[in-house]
Amino acid sequence: MVAPEFDTQNPAIEVNELVKTYTGSITAVKGVSFSIPRGSIYGLLGPNGAGKTTTFGMITTRVIPTSGTVTINGIDVVARPAAAKSFLGVVPQSNTLDRSLSVRENLTFHGRYFGMTTKVARTKADQLLEQFRLRERAAAPVGSLSGGMAQRLMVARAVMHSPTILVLDEPTTGLDPQSRLALWQILRDLNAAGQTILLSTHYMDEADELCEAIAIMDHGQILALDTPEALKRSYAKQAQISLDLQGADQGLAEVLSKSLPDTTIGFVGSQLTISTADPTDLLPMLVKELVAMEISYRNLSVKQGSLESVFLALTGRDLRE
Amino acid sequence: MSLTASKPIIVRSHYAQTIWSLVMRDLRVLISRWVMFLVRVISQPILIVFVLAYVFPKIGQGVGGNAAAEAKFSTLLVAGVVGISIITQGIQAVALPLVQEFSFTREIEDRVLAPIPIWGVATAKIISGALQALLAALVVFAVSIFIPATSIHLSVNWPLVLTIIPIAAVLSGALGLAIGTIVPPTQVAFIFAIILLPMTFLGAVYYPWTSLGAIPWLKWAVLINPLIYINEGLRAGLTTGIEHMNLFGVYAGLLGFFLFLLLIGIRGFKRRVIS
Repeated sequence: MVAPEFDTQNPAIEVNELVKTYTGSITAVKGVSFSIPRGSIYGLLGPNGAGKTTTFGMITTRVIPTSGTVTINGIDVVARPAAAKSFLGVVPQSNTLDRSLSVRENLTFHGRYFGMTTKVARTKADQLLEQFRLRERAAAPVGSLSGGMAQRLMVARAVMHSPTILVLDEPTTGLDPQSRLALWQILRDLNAAGQTILLSTHYMDEADELCEAIAIMDHGQILALDTPEALKRSYAKQAQISLDLQGADQGLAEVLSKSLPDTTIGFVGSQLTISTADPTDLLPMLVKELVAMEISYRNLSVKQGSLESVFLALTGRDLRE
Repeated sequence: MSLTASKPIIVRSHYAQTIWSLVMRDLRVLISRWVMFLVRVISQPILIVFVLAYVFPKIGQGVGGNAAAEAKFSTLLVAGVVGISIITQGIQAVALPLVQEFSFTREIEDRVLAPIPIWGVATAKIISGALQALLAALVVFAVSIFIPATSIHLSVNWPLVLTIIPIAAVLSGALGLAIGTIVPPTQVAFIFAIILLPMTFLGAVYYPWTSLGAIPWLKWAVLINPLIYINEGLRAGLTTGIEHMNLFGVYAGLLGFFLFLLLIGIRGFKRRVIS
């Protein structure tokens, strides 16, 4: 099996000014940079279409960058893709298990692709099947696995060859809540054992729960990169009050900003967003104003100190939009 | 084993090991489905040989008219059906699975992420296609000798047979790779209509290519069909007294098509997995 030549001077992965423009001049990624120290778990958080999958494609040698570099263990993925791939464990967004093989064979053959002998691959596969609670299904065809089991097998396959970095593209999308929690635990355990992990997600709670550092990505750019706590400290100092004002005049924002002190008010479509340090005093004032102006409102919500409010503060929109 | 990219010699042997593991994966799948493999390999040749070399002579519609001509026909048919089975394997064992793995299932991704260059993954596909083509040739050769109503007179030229069959097998694998990377999944039916049927009907299966002298435009037009060179080569290697294309033409055609399809196939494979 592959015994990575660890170069402790280098971070596990270093991404520098990465740009990808597809033919037809759609720029999916516009100058992304980050580096991940060994043993840490990083998250790329952003809505669909933010450029997460394209970034992962470039990291995993499947997409050739238009400019910029990615190095894994100090190895450039474009110049030496074969060497770089030996240090990568990848869990793609869709189920890519080998349907012609059994659960156990999916692991043993993967190990052999990475240079393990049959014997070593079998031992490692059995160990992983046990660890990922798939032992009873070892001989089953992969088509018979539930979504959660298939996802666990994909992670087991990705760590089969002891990669320097495990990359997971939206690993819990489409999983039921229980399988999701089980997968989180697996990732925490792997990380506790020293595995460097990079995952992408569009779930705030997932990023908050798992990641030591989060890069918030939108429109092909990283808007902020820090620990969840630091992100909340710097961007979510203010609470966000948002409400839906169907049919209200756009001039309303101006009117309200005069009557509500110390606030920043945005009005996009029918969505009014008010940032304030203290929503407790502001809320009754806001409601009173709206009632006085005979404006009806729906879906009033207050978000405070969450990654959601960080995202809102950075992009001016909700992640779920 | 320990390997680092900074030691190129170890990396090369590691490439070979990974490519071999990819081939072993395909053979593992083949073994687990050996009944299906046998059925798909022998159904077409059995039908061709059964109808043309057994039924026709028995009902008095023999090709050729007299017993000697019928025997000659059955004999020349052996090369044709072995050739068909080799070229069909490229499509059945490489092209059709690839079309599926590239699109609906994306199963190819794990193999593409194996620590070798992309051409290595494509080469593994050609090798496993070639091995299946060799196996098919062996099975069909046995079948085509025993079925005909008239006796078969083969005289084997081993140096020819032992060079032409392996080249034909890798050519078949490369053809499968090229087709598998070019044809989109929604148009699989075209593989049969536009490639497989014309190739086999106009591939000098039922007649020697030289006899097409009566239709000169066709004689030259069919040279774009790689199966011609396989069948003419096999005919030269298995029979005497039946005309065949000159051997230089046979080897040039086989090697030329192999290299051309290899290039197209590997380029197509890269285009499908790297953006």
